[in-house]
Amino acid sequence: MIPIAPNEGHTGRAAWMRILSLADWRDLEQLAAHYAATPHVMLRPPEAGLVMLRGRMGSTGAAFNLGEATATRCAVRLADGAEGHAYVMGRNAAHAKLAAVLDALLQTAERGQEVRERVIDPLAHRLTQSNVAAAAKAAATKVDFFTMVRGDV
Amino acid sequence: MYVAVKGGEQAIDAAHRLLAEERRGDRSVPSLTLAQIAEQLTLAVDRVMNEGSLHDRELAALAIQQARGDLIEAIFLIRAARTTLPRFGYSEPLETRRMRVKRRVSAAFKDIPGGQILGPTFDYTHRLLDFSLAAGLEPPEAAVAPTGLSTDMPRVLELLDSEGLIEKPSQEQGEPGDLTQDPLSFPADRDLRLQNLARGDEGFLLSLAYSTQRGYGRTHPFAGEIRVGMVEVSFTPEELGFAIVIGEITVTECEMINQFKGSAMVKPQFTRGYGLCFGQSERKAMSMALVDRSLRSGELGEERIAPAQDEEFVLSHSDNVQATGFVEHLKLPHYVDFQSELVMLRRMRAEASGDGQTLKAAE
Repeated sequence: MIPIAPNEGHTGRAAWMRILSLADWRDLEQLAAHYAATPHVMLRPPEAGLVMLRGRMGSTGAAFNLGEATATRCAVRLADGAEGHAYVMGRNAAHAKLAAVLDALLQTAERGQEVRERVIDPLAHRLTQSNVAAAAKAAATKVDFFTMVRGDV
Repeated sequence: MYVAVKGGEQAIDAAHRLLAEERRGDRSVPSLTLAQIAEQLTLAVDRVMNEGSLHDRELAALAIQQARGDLIEAIFLIRAARTTLPRFGYSEPLETRRMRVKRRVSAAFKDIPGGQILGPTFDYTHRLLDFSLAAGLEPPEAAVAPTGLSTDMPRVLELLDSEGLIEKPSQEQGEPGDLTQDPLSFPADRDLRLQNLARGDEGFLLSLAYSTQRGYGRTHPFAGEIRVGMVEVSFTPEELGFAIVIGEITVTECEMINQFKGSAMVKPQFTRGYGLCFGQSERKAMSMALVDRSLRSGELGEERIAPAQDEEFVLSHSDNVQATGFVEHLKLPHYVDFQSELVMLRRMRAEASGDGQTLKAAE
């Protein structure tokens, strides 16, 4: 499981923002839909846009622009002043909004722990499970080729 | 030259309604859903995302449906759609070394650390039509291994690199050029060439790559490593000031090992060609890597004699939206232009025959 440190500067926050972005929308909605009603002010309503994705020549060399991807961003402020941000690939406005609200809640002393336990940990667990399942299917296709001496059949 | 025409609104409107009806096809057959296209025509979606230069499976599926499966038309729709969205910025470069591998093969080494993973491939299928699909049968579930894969799969080319047998990847620093912001000019650096190839037409790049294999600018390639899998996308929003993962995508990467090169200063070593694409797009990634290497012929001091080595030829003709625009505009009304050609031709013929009567008749 991906360790989520409590508010360890940017590291902890980047870790939960990662989980919120990678989460399948159906999972996120199922686990966290009720948090969307947390009173908040929209600093930036959900907005769809583009991020230019980059690769590296020979995978480790100089960068180049590969092509764009859609992403949706959103920013909110809670009553106690906590600001939440989200950038999520794709065009799901509800996903970006809920992720921003959760990002704000996770920074608060009162609700942070609860949201970590009820949303982030289970999402991280599901991601790990689905990654493990995919890796096991790929591993089943691991192949050993034998080279034959020319003339052998 | 194209001179604008006007009128015909009613006919055009009716033509588009007819198009919509033909696109729908037999109404007794259920309409496709975007989820069906995105889930089951995955490689068509990948191609539209690559050449449309926009990663969004849902938009690509919509474009394919709207274009009646004409992928170049779908790519055109995607290119148009991207112009309606604001640009947030540039991602951190994708870390393909940390890819969650679904497929990974090397044609150069049999035994590679982490192993050869065939993944979901058409390779080694018999290319016989599968009528169980026509019968609507569900496939068996995929086989599952008791243990997963190593998350750390060293790159095959690193094995060569550790012995100094292959050139280092280019390491120029600085902001890479961006064709979506500045038009292409020549000579083009490798960053711009790779961006152009990544959005270039798969068929065009395939043919160019094939031409190098048949002797038009030979590069003696080996598929050092092809990998397909998921990579996370990191982006640093200005307002946060630190990088966050915003999603993950499937990419295909191809590293070609090509003929060696040496000089008085450097001992002979293999050279590289690189391909990277959205989705599972092996043919495209391999073609891209071969053409990338061919276009490096100038930098590597090779004679430039073949089409695939001519960057102006390759980069100016790789974009199928530009190509189809210029070819297909020929079917739009060119009446005024053609009339002037007709008049000129009649006059020339009349002058050639020296017959004043014909000249008069022509005018």
